[in-house]
Amino acid sequence: MNFGFSEEQQIFRSAVRKFLDSNAPLEEVRRIMESPDGYSPTLWEEMASMGWLGLLVPEEHGGADLGWIDLSIVLDECGRSLFPSPLIASTLAVLALKENGSEEQQARWLPGIADGSQLFSPAILEASDILGPGGVQLTGLAESGGIVLRGEKFFVLDATVATHFVVAYRSGEDPEDIGLAVVDRASDGLEVEDTPSIDATKRIGRLVLDGVRISEDRVLASGSRKGWSAVVRLLDHAAAAVTAEAIGAAEGGHALIVGYAKQRTQFGSLIGRFQGVKHPLADMYVDIESFKSLLYYAAWCLDESPDEAPLYVSMAKAYASDAFTRIGIDGIELHGALGYTWEYDAQLYLKRSKWVKSAYGGSDHHYDRVATLGGL
Amino acid sequence: MDFNLTPEEEAFRDEVCAFLDENLPPEPERDEMFPLRWSQLVREKGWVGFSWPKEVGGGGATLMEQAILKQELASRRAPPLGTCIMGLAWVGPAIIQYGTQEQKDLFIEDILDSKYQWCTGYSEPDIGSDLAALQCKGVRRGDHYVVTGQKIWTSLAQWAKWMILLVRTDSGGEKKHDGITCLLVEMDSPGIEVAPIANMSKQPFFAEVFFNDVEVPVGNRLGEEGQGWQITIGALANERSGISEVSGLLWELDLLKKLVREVQIGGRPASEDSRVRRRVAEFETRIAAMRFNGMRYLTKQIRGEPLGSETSVNKLHTAHLEKYMAEFAIELEGSYGCLAPGSSHAVERGRWQKEALGWCTAVIGGGTPNIQKNIIAERILGLPHD
Repeated sequence: MNFGFSEEQQIFRSAVRKFLDSNAPLEEVRRIMESPDGYSPTLWEEMASMGWLGLLVPEEHGGADLGWIDLSIVLDECGRSLFPSPLIASTLAVLALKENGSEEQQARWLPGIADGSQLFSPAILEASDILGPGGVQLTGLAESGGIVLRGEKFFVLDATVATHFVVAYRSGEDPEDIGLAVVDRASDGLEVEDTPSIDATKRIGRLVLDGVRISEDRVLASGSRKGWSAVVRLLDHAAAAVTAEAIGAAEGGHALIVGYAKQRTQFGSLIGRFQGVKHPLADMYVDIESFKSLLYYAAWCLDESPDEAPLYVSMAKAYASDAFTRIGIDGIELHGALGYTWEYDAQLYLKRSKWVKSAYGGSDHHYDRVATLGGL
Repeated sequence: MDFNLTPEEEAFRDEVCAFLDENLPPEPERDEMFPLRWSQLVREKGWVGFSWPKEVGGGGATLMEQAILKQELASRRAPPLGTCIMGLAWVGPAIIQYGTQEQKDLFIEDILDSKYQWCTGYSEPDIGSDLAALQCKGVRRGDHYVVTGQKIWTSLAQWAKWMILLVRTDSGGEKKHDGITCLLVEMDSPGIEVAPIANMSKQPFFAEVFFNDVEVPVGNRLGEEGQGWQITIGALANERSGISEVSGLLWELDLLKKLVREVQIGGRPASEDSRVRRRVAEFETRIAAMRFNGMRYLTKQIRGEPLGSETSVNKLHTAHLEKYMAEFAIELEGSYGCLAPGSSHAVERGRWQKEALGWCTAVIGGGTPNIQKNIIAERILGLPHD
């Protein structure tokens, strides 16, 4: 048993940190988040050349073939910088292709994702926001050697800048008859709408597919129960990715508040001396440490012990959603009026916490799943 | 990162399980004499003082072996490995680390054999969480220390043969921590008076202890004069890894789930109530977090990095779970919740009521939750001392 990072992983983490510190301090993050595309194509290219985009891609397709722990290290650090990039979208698409695509399909798409020339994003949820098989109602009807997709997708990461979408569609009447298909951004009948998020470092959009025709060779998994279980894997990885980013983001927000408590004087004393201030800060530390432990265990499960993964992913996501929410709110409160300003950074962490709690199931959803998996 | 056991660790766990399969019957089948037989068995097996060096008669086990053994024992609800509770928990380790050869010869084997009880003289009437401000005095006179003052909340005092005692030997120093000395005191020394205090369940588990010019030989000083604080911090640190509590808490959680499956709320099974489901899931998640935190800390220790104040994290989780799991069970019992243990209609003979009145030792002993939060805030986050 060993619950620690290897030396390579520690070196990797410092390299990621160094890159983000020099290229994406918060002033730069603010500039990127207010740009039309919401990410920096220049930095994205650099991320590709450093191998981050192909982290999970098999070596024969131009990637590093590493695991979810290594990816979590990158996401953890990206979260600390509140770094806006389509890394989660792209990585989830890699996972969908790797776990469900044929050799030929992987060879066709993965190298372009790894080198940054193509940007893929998964499109799973719909207006109903149901995180179960019933949530997928967009239809895929077989028609003369292809499939015609009709319906809508909501909460699609980085929708306006993606070149391709991995779309979940209903392939039959059984609730679990769900397929996954790759759809070009440029397809006839596909419209993309930007749906701004509270957290401007996160871009989400809505897709309307009005009779989008795709050929059979675009279909990853179809017509079998495997379709839904593939989507569950994708949703679990998505929840884990959001939580991995939440570790760094919560630590970043926490560091900001702790720093303020160490230099702000009121009533003739540093406010960090008051137990009404220091105890909530200690509670936050306890919470961050705890969902960090849960997340890294869950990340290990995703690769090494898939049967356990749903339980621990849900625990990590549920714990992080509530804990980071409190950190976001208390962070503003402890700064007083200063925390309420646009210019001060506390608001950025508050907004990220809203993203974290909403994305891929909040604490109610995930705790209920923990109860079910725990035998209730 | 790898959560699988290595082949050696696996082999050790198999050995532990085989021994337990053979020698530890399930709880309902254990008779009154079992704990005694059990202590002899595990003593012969070398599991008492398992972490202590072999030179002093301990097991010389690695950290990982200790963790595996603790987990297996706790998950099967094994009785403690010896009845000398404080001797095994911190007096023994303190003597091993700071004691003279004579002290080791005199005490260690008796502790391993659980020959008698030890008690711990830390808290005083005006001195609780701020332990370093203690006032009980020790004045050096020839080859004795003369002790005058009072201790309170001393668990097991009326049954103990020996006490590990903190006294102030120097009140002039700049830092209050520096004037504290640790003495090993025989409880039948002339001048010691013990007055038991009943806890809220009317059990006299702790006591006031009065010292009226009690003479303690200098040879019974543990460590150097003024080293008492350091010894105490080291000794308390021995009981904070948190990993062994997890199995016990999981056991409690299973009982709580059993209760949830049995009771109804408004004519519907409680297990279908979304609030109930969420509460149970939160407990389970917190216990899992403790388990993985514990594994991280253990990994750190195995890598040779000292464990610091981060262990307060699991102490706070334990405190939360001890208090609120029992409280939640009582809530589920509805009107039955207020029936005293032993009441004819009490649910499960009042097991949750006992828990709800019995968590204080675990939560308050060794530093209350507020103190744990101060430790985190000051020593980890670097916030100013209050």
